[in-house]
Amino acid sequence: MSTRIQTGGRHLDRSKQVHFNWAGKQLTGYGGDTLASALLANGELLVGRSFKYHRARGLIASGAEEPNALVGLGTGAKFEPNQRATTTELFDGLVAKPQNAWPSLAFDVGAINKMMSRFFPAGFYYKTFIHPRFAWKHLFEPIIRKAAGLGAAPTEKDVDRYEYFYAHVDVLIIGGGIAGLASALAAGQAGASVLLVEQTAHFGGRAVVDGVDIDDEPAEIWVEETLAALREMPNVTIRNRTMGAGVYDHGYATVYERINDHLPEMITDHAPNMDAPRHRLWRVRAGRIVTATGAIERPLSFAGNDIPGVMLAGAVRDYLVNYGASVGDRVVIATNNDDAYRSAIALVEAGLDVPVILDARTTADGELPTLAREIGIRVETGKAISSVKGNKHVTGVGICSQAGEGAELEEIKCDAVAMSGGWSPVVHLWSHCGGKLNWDADQSMFRPDPNRPPLGYDGAGFVHVAGTANGYLDAAGVMEDAIKIGKLAAKETGHKPKATKVPSTFSAPENPIEPIWQMPQGMSRKLQMKTFLDYQNDVKVSDVRLAAQEGYQSVEHTKRYTTLGMATDQGKLSNINGLAILADSLNAEIPAVGTTTFRPPYQPISMGAIAGDARGELFKPIRQSPMHHWIDTNGGFWEPVADWRRPYCFQQNGESVGDAVTREILNTRQNVGLLDASTLGKIIVKGPDAGKFLDMMYTNMMSTLKVGRCRYGLMCTENGFLSDDGVVARIDDETFLCHTTSGGSDRIHAWMEEWLQTEWWDWNVYTANVTEQYAQIAVVGPNARKVLEKIGGMDVSADALPFMAFKDGELGGIKARPYRISFSGELSYEIAVPASQGQAFWDMCMEAGAEFGIQPYGTECLHVMRAEKGFIMIGDETDGTVIPQDLGLSWAVSKKKDDFLGKRAQQRSHMVDPKRWRLVGLKSVEPNEVIPDGAYAIDGTVRDNGVKHMIGRITSSYFSPTLNHAIAMGLVENGPERMGDIIDFPTTDGRVIKAEICDPVFLDPEGTRQNV
Amino acid sequence: MSNAVTALNGAKYSGLIDIADAGLMGMITLRGDLASAAMAKVVKSITGAKMPKPRGVEIAGKGSVAWMSPDELLIMIDYAYADSAVAKISSALAGEHHLAVNVSDARAVFDLSGDELRDVLAKGSPSNLNPDSLPIGEMRRTRLGQLAVAFWFTDDSSAKLVCFRSVGDHVFKWLSNAAKPESSPNFYSAMR
Repeated sequence: MSTRIQTGGRHLDRSKQVHFNWAGKQLTGYGGDTLASALLANGELLVGRSFKYHRARGLIASGAEEPNALVGLGTGAKFEPNQRATTTELFDGLVAKPQNAWPSLAFDVGAINKMMSRFFPAGFYYKTFIHPRFAWKHLFEPIIRKAAGLGAAPTEKDVDRYEYFYAHVDVLIIGGGIAGLASALAAGQAGASVLLVEQTAHFGGRAVVDGVDIDDEPAEIWVEETLAALREMPNVTIRNRTMGAGVYDHGYATVYERINDHLPEMITDHAPNMDAPRHRLWRVRAGRIVTATGAIERPLSFAGNDIPGVMLAGAVRDYLVNYGASVGDRVVIATNNDDAYRSAIALVEAGLDVPVILDARTTADGELPTLAREIGIRVETGKAISSVKGNKHVTGVGICSQAGEGAELEEIKCDAVAMSGGWSPVVHLWSHCGGKLNWDADQSMFRPDPNRPPLGYDGAGFVHVAGTANGYLDAAGVMEDAIKIGKLAAKETGHKPKATKVPSTFSAPENPIEPIWQMPQGMSRKLQMKTFLDYQNDVKVSDVRLAAQEGYQSVEHTKRYTTLGMATDQGKLSNINGLAILADSLNAEIPAVGTTTFRPPYQPISMGAIAGDARGELFKPIRQSPMHHWIDTNGGFWEPVADWRRPYCFQQNGESVGDAVTREILNTRQNVGLLDASTLGKIIVKGPDAGKFLDMMYTNMMSTLKVGRCRYGLMCTENGFLSDDGVVARIDDETFLCHTTSGGSDRIHAWMEEWLQTEWWDWNVYTANVTEQYAQIAVVGPNARKVLEKIGGMDVSADALPFMAFKDGELGGIKARPYRISFSGELSYEIAVPASQGQAFWDMCMEAGAEFGIQPYGTECLHVMRAEKGFIMIGDETDGTVIPQDLGLSWAVSKKKDDFLGKRAQQRSHMVDPKRWRLVGLKSVEPNEVIPDGAYAIDGTVRDNGVKHMIGRITSSYFSPTLNHAIAMGLVENGPERMGDIIDFPTTDGRVIKAEICDPVFLDPEGTRQNV
Repeated sequence: MSNAVTALNGAKYSGLIDIADAGLMGMITLRGDLASAAMAKVVKSITGAKMPKPRGVEIAGKGSVAWMSPDELLIMIDYAYADSAVAKISSALAGEHHLAVNVSDARAVFDLSGDELRDVLAKGSPSNLNPDSLPIGEMRRTRLGQLAVAFWFTDDSSAKLVCFRSVGDHVFKWLSNAAKPESSPNFYSAMR
């Protein structure tokens, strides 16, 4: 049974008891524990159930590579699923619960899946798509999918804060073991700016656990001294609890800082330091990235290697040395290398029993095996585990010959197994952006190929790998490599490395590993079915062999087919073992099979960190007009218009939205209305060639416009389709002001600049987007002139300021430019004033207009009034497939001009096809029946494919209170030639609405109302 | 012009840094040939400042002038003076192709100050804010969070920031959030 031992525990503060809750039980750990070490110390070996078979699973690793110990952490708004116990620091009040087990960890109903395991072979999920058909609906979907799966999604909104931080450094160093520290020191001493990050709370990596000596003292002392030296350097930034998550093009890296996951006060919702973000996602631009990410130990593939109590040998050592926690009293070691002997020796030194070391190699006579024998440990070479005994925990192992098929020679009682299949360098970050790997057959590992690095903008490699991650397993090799790489990175970022002495570094020498991909060599299929490669996804040796047998050759296909290396750990333990089995099954070399693609992030990062501060009121910027606050506090009912908010209507005295719109329309038509039109785009176009330029941009002629006058214009894309519209005013000979739609201001400005910069770069034209310089307020209705005359300051009479003219002057003491333009058909002034005085001018209008019945109106009133007048709306009547000619706007398409954007396209055969759907008005036969927007017209015939033949569609549809009749605009085949015809619009609820085709100008076709 | 109000309407926040509405500022977009002697002369007469180098901001007694692009300057002067300055530019550059336009009301302007200023801005701006890369007196046109902004340091721990008027409220809220106490990344500030 796992327990806490009396001695050891580098990270522990035994004076500080920490209380936590696991699966409803109150347990106690020490300060400095991880959740994993505290569980181990409390004898809680069973930490989860597997994904597919719900097999009992225990801790297998001590770090980020842990596949089994995924827990639900926290409660309520602090709950987060799939958190690794091994990377969760313990704090007082921590609440964790196991996942994927019902009703409890010890008794799990889903474990019945295990008995059905022969029905879930490789690719079973895909096979269910084929047959039997009934099973999908009645068995697979409702039952198996429910039983499978990892943690549950949180149900409450996350209360924590998250943020980004952009940093630019010469050298980013990922990993705070002795390699990362040595590289950082070398680069820092050379004067490079350095960011050094370590994913755990502690620096020093494996060296401090494994008994490495540096300069004749324990590595820990060198680590402390080096950290102290680095902290003195202003050009070096150090962060622990910060993980290198991803490496991207051109030296860009994401780095994930967990700021306060380890702090007890963070479990309550009202902690004093809630201002501190929980996680910070660093987005780093580095000249060079050094990955000093160490290595991950591989499991051995023997039957029963997933039973709780089987653990990686290095993890056994970690728990013992760092946390004073033992996985068991009697620990059998299984290995194919010398490193695992360190665990055996550490266990014996801690007073625990190691009944036997099973070394699959035929000889083991290196320094560490010799030492193990000297202290009395039984070492059996050429031997393997035939199977692990036990169900929810290890009770013993059977011994067999590695060379055989698994006949059991002896059974040894034990309560834990420490296994080591060798070490795989963590090459993920090197590989994210395309760094390539070589297979090192001597060390049985993939290691980075320095000649094929990820390339930067200049064609040079921008990632270097240092230390164990680079394939150096001995401490002296690590130190030498790391200093060399640190200096290289500094040199490549323009600094001059200093000559430094490489510290003398010593670790016990190791004899070569022997690649062992399954144990025993000739294991039967029965044993293969109990031998797990991927613990998280329940993929066994038999599954990979079956996939190969069924024709899978690519490692990527095999991954998807078997689920090997999927989910939250992405095969950190299983990758190499799995592809080695695949290679063996295919009779191919390991490098010929290769690895699956390594993709960021290295480990899952929180969704909150990815979102950063873009949530709540900062989720999306909202553009506000100068009158936004007034509108908000005066009944404005907001609707989004591009990135702006505009009032759909102004609700008074609890009236409905519909009633408000009707009131606003009638009041504007009868008295006077006030509209905030500030959102309309306004672009100044100036220069000797401005007229020529606008003649190209607009379909109609702009160069002939007289100073002081306005003209409505249309803009098309090169393909002839309508893109934008608006009124152009000529300010002086060389200067025009172009109004765009509210959504079009930035787009049209960019469109103009693109043509000026890429095609007509020799034309003398400058543009400026002055949209936000002006508040633009429309005073609309029969009393509009009276309102402005009352405000006073300039002559706004019909003679002084006729329709389609503008004037510069002053109104109410504010610099103003009223335009006599009308989108409603009424007498109308749109007055541009400086945005800072927009609210003041609006207030003047409301005050002066009170006696004339002035009321503000919103966008829906604007829409209905323009539809009554048959004015088109970009985005309603147009959808990117509509040309001006479709909308009866041929009058605004110049026939005199040699060219304009869209001219040639509009001459293509399809564009001049008389059968194109064209704009008409539509009056419902039943006056109150508003046709749904977007409804299609049919002619009663059926197409070959069985679909009703459509002859048109509605583009705008309203009830007009002015006409007391439902009105619509639509595009109809031969529409303008069919005036007076009644056509059918079927609705989605099965009715048919009949409507009469008519002129789209429903109100005042002569324009007498606006031209007064 | 007593009824002129800024988009920020005097807003203030104090946290890691101090954030304040800088009030009304006269701003003129001037596009043209930046090598023109007539342009240099009129810019000098309006602001007292010489022509800025690329990305530079020249600050003088009457105003300042910032380089915005190879053919564009931003002239910053008293709000009340902007229209007459535009007129002055137009007559001085009458013979040259140029565009001068008053954009004083199209922007929101912030005064920012505090030792953690670079750290706060770096939560939203992907540009390199190292003092070597962004020295005092150089303007950075960049983004802050999701929005376009420009800022420049006027001394070690003070900067001006400009954004479009319609998003002044969002930028203020963004800055206030980024400047919450206890949220310092302590990156640039630790190098000081």
